[in-house]
Amino acid sequence: MRYAETGFNLEVDLTRGSIERVPTDPRLTELHLGGLGTNAKLFWDRVPPEVEPFSPDNLLVFGTGLLVGTPAPGCNRTVVSCISPQTRLFAFSMMGGFWGPELKLAGYDKLVVRGRSPELVYLWINDDKVQIRDASRLRGLGSLETAELIRQELNEPHAQVSSIGLAGENRVFFASIEQGRSSASRLGVGAVMGDKNLKAVAVKGSQDVNVARPAEFLQMCNEALQFIRVRAKNPIPGVMPILAGLGSPQEMAIHDEKWHTENFAWGNARHRRKDFWTDDVKAAWTGTMETMRTRLLSCYNCPMKCGAAISVDTRMCSYMMKCFSKLTYTMAAFSDLNFGLRIAQKATEHGVDAFSAPQTMAFALELLEAGILTEKDMPGLPADNEGKFYWLLDRIVRREGIGDILANGTYWAAKEIGKGAEEYAHNNIKKTEQLPLKLGMLNPIYFLMYCTGEKANITQIEGNFPQAPFETRAEREAFAADWEQVPDERFKQWFVEWELRGEKSIPQYPPVDATCEIVHWQEKMHYIDDATGMCAGLSSFPLKPPFHIHILPKLISCGAGLDLDEAKLNHVTKRNRTLVRANNIRRGLTREDEKPPEDHWRKRFPELEKKLLDEYYKFKGWNLDGVPTHETLHELDLDYVTEDFKKRGILPGEAASQSPPGSSKGGAA
Amino acid sequence: MTSEKSKPKTIKTIKINVDKCNGCRACEVICSASHASPRYSSTNPARARVRVIREPLADIYIPVYAGEYTAAECAGRDKYVIGGKEYAECAFCRASCPSRDFFKEPDSDLPLKCDMCESDPTLKEPLCVQWCLADALTFEERTEEAAPQAAPEDVDAGLEALANKHGWARVRDALGRLAQED
Ligand code: SF4
Ligand code: SF4
Ligand code: SF4
Repeated sequence: MRYAETGFNLEVDLTRGSIERVPTDPRLTELHLGGLGTNAKLFWDRVPPEVEPFSPDNLLVFGTGLLVGTPAPGCNRTVVSCISPQTRLFAFSMMGGFWGPELKLAGYDKLVVRGRSPELVYLWINDDKVQIRDASRLRGLGSLETAELIRQELNEPHAQVSSIGLAGENRVFFASIEQGRSSASRLGVGAVMGDKNLKAVAVKGSQDVNVARPAEFLQMCNEALQFIRVRAKNPIPGVMPILAGLGSPQEMAIHDEKWHTENFAWGNARHRRKDFWTDDVKAAWTGTMETMRTRLLSCYNCPMKCGAAISVDTRMCSYMMKCFSKLTYTMAAFSDLNFGLRIAQKATEHGVDAFSAPQTMAFALELLEAGILTEKDMPGLPADNEGKFYWLLDRIVRREGIGDILANGTYWAAKEIGKGAEEYAHNNIKKTEQLPLKLGMLNPIYFLMYCTGEKANITQIEGNFPQAPFETRAEREAFAADWEQVPDERFKQWFVEWELRGEKSIPQYPPVDATCEIVHWQEKMHYIDDATGMCAGLSSFPLKPPFHIHILPKLISCGAGLDLDEAKLNHVTKRNRTLVRANNIRRGLTREDEKPPEDHWRKRFPELEKKLLDEYYKFKGWNLDGVPTHETLHELDLDYVTEDFKKRGILPGEAASQSPPGSSKGGAA
Repeated sequence: MTSEKSKPKTIKTIKINVDKCNGCRACEVICSASHASPRYSSTNPARARVRVIREPLADIYIPVYAGEYTAAECAGRDKYVIGGKEYAECAFCRASCPSRDFFKEPDSDLPLKCDMCESDPTLKEPLCVQWCLADALTFEERTEEAAPQAAPEDVDAGLEALANKHGWARVRDALGRLAQED
């Protein structure tokens, strides 16, 4: 019997209209767990670097995490992978909500979509019954409208639906896949779904998901729930509210937005507004939230309620939102929360990423102001600022006029527009828009995370280590006292010693070797979550979460029937992380791509930065170009990657092989 | 059965505050896991004795508990309209009934009924209540003087369901066979 996983993938070829239920190799679970790990392996095996994002050969994989569907609280993540049209690299965009557990319950660990349907279709997965169905009447409809109509058509009010809106259909490079309570927003996964002519995937399942050691597993779940109860009453002192609790940042619950509005940049990630948060603003925004927010909402089997139902001019709810998407439209447009929540409703129906879309629109308006674009490029652009944003959103998702260029995101749009537009696409890493943050002094930990995070999004790599030191040593010691989540005692020491100013402050402190370890730890926790399907909100994202490196090996073992300890889990995680990188190296990722936006920090330190990157690459087992070395690959059972790298000239062909003599077939090429 | 002397009985109530429900379905998860055998060995909300009617766009979150088995569909049906949205016939009914697939074992169609987590030793609260951190579900117990009632046993209900599906003759055959094997 297979535990936690079902042991089957659903393979759908939309070109041929074929549907297959394919058993998976249990050995792959031991090597990669599931979710992102097995997604990365699938892409390595089946998607060579020549495959274009908008090619029928690009795969669109919905991979549930290994523990999704078990009673583990917060284990509901689906990792959506494809080759991204925006970065042209291996994409992995996560969504929580309810869709992933339903796929598991229907009997599949992954949905693997290849090919391209000649007509717009949707998939209906009801346990063993799977159909490709006509979606022509859904063309152009919003993502939530689509989900609702599909549920009606099937007469299945409890089916979970992931769908795209107009943006996905029109292959907007930052189109999302929406499923109501959650979305896979980053890196254009919705565009690839649209390219495949797949409007939606509806799922309903009624099969068992097994766990290997039920009593122990359940006890661990109960302990986690108890931890969550206690923490709800005891937030971490001394940090701002959104960092004091658990879950995804509780943006839907809180009203105090002083920190975001005064520290994050407005417009096209340009302007800090240091005295923005007045009592008047607070009263107005609180009123907006209280009026428009109908309910706080959780994902499947999680108590954290990080999302909210938002009503726009109706007693009914219009859409669901979570996290920082609350403010991205507001801040891009220098407007207020009322505008932000209203335009986000349209944006959610169209299905666009709430980081990239507002920034791309603000970028366009900057180009207009600078005379690089002119009124002629934007015929009919309304005079008022908010109207401009609605107008631009509409042009982008329809790919009409200037919208056709902007739909490719700031990086590609700037290249196409030319005339110095590149200067305005200033907030990208690996060709994709970042959080609008512009700061003073370089922070070495964040420097490495920005450079090397392959999800190209800081929130997907940061987390368990505080973002900044606390004011006094006493506060830091108090924080460290019950810090059971750290891998070992050194991490506490680094934090306790970390000062706000003076010798032991950024950029020189933490020292380079400690910085490498801190970054590695934080990243590792995200990679574990992405393989198990655990929400970062209970594990890799908050300070002092219920799930951590000393608990997860046992949870995974009891759930999936594996025999993992910390060392083994670290090893599997390193393998997954390295394989993700291998996919991207093979697609042309280089050291040159690994840098933060030029203007992210005012004070930069080229020598220190070089040293940080050199040492971190070494620490990870990569060479100075950021390529995993053959020793690293060998240790991780990834010799097949070495072979490929040699053939492509990415690693030198003559490197002394550690494999035993006689193991190489056919000799050196 | 004729009534004996009246004696106190315990009434167990789960109070459902739909305003506090956040739609997480943890109640379904833990209920189905706790009724698996071995206990907690599998999860499958389709087997849960509580189902959440969840309509986010209508702001409806209503946990419904599995009640009695009924052999025949009701001739008269209910259909609710809430906030402008029309719900499926019988959407909020507790019965395990032939008209729909709620509250039935997915493979065997055997009826499911909330047993208030009766177990030995007795739990301090039913599991769905324990796992509802939103406090949408709370547990109350009270004692009442009441005449004992002849409640149909679960076995009866189960057999009746089997008979409705397969016919009495086949159920009798199967029972005879099983009794011999025993
Ligand atoms: S922590 Fe928040 S985002 Fe994560 S699963 Fe729970 S409710 Fe969803
Ligand atoms: S556990 Fe509570 S909050 Fe969650 S769905 Fe059930 S009743 Fe609602
Ligand atoms: S009380 Fe027990 S049996 Fe009834 S629904 Fe809740 S968990 Fe299930």
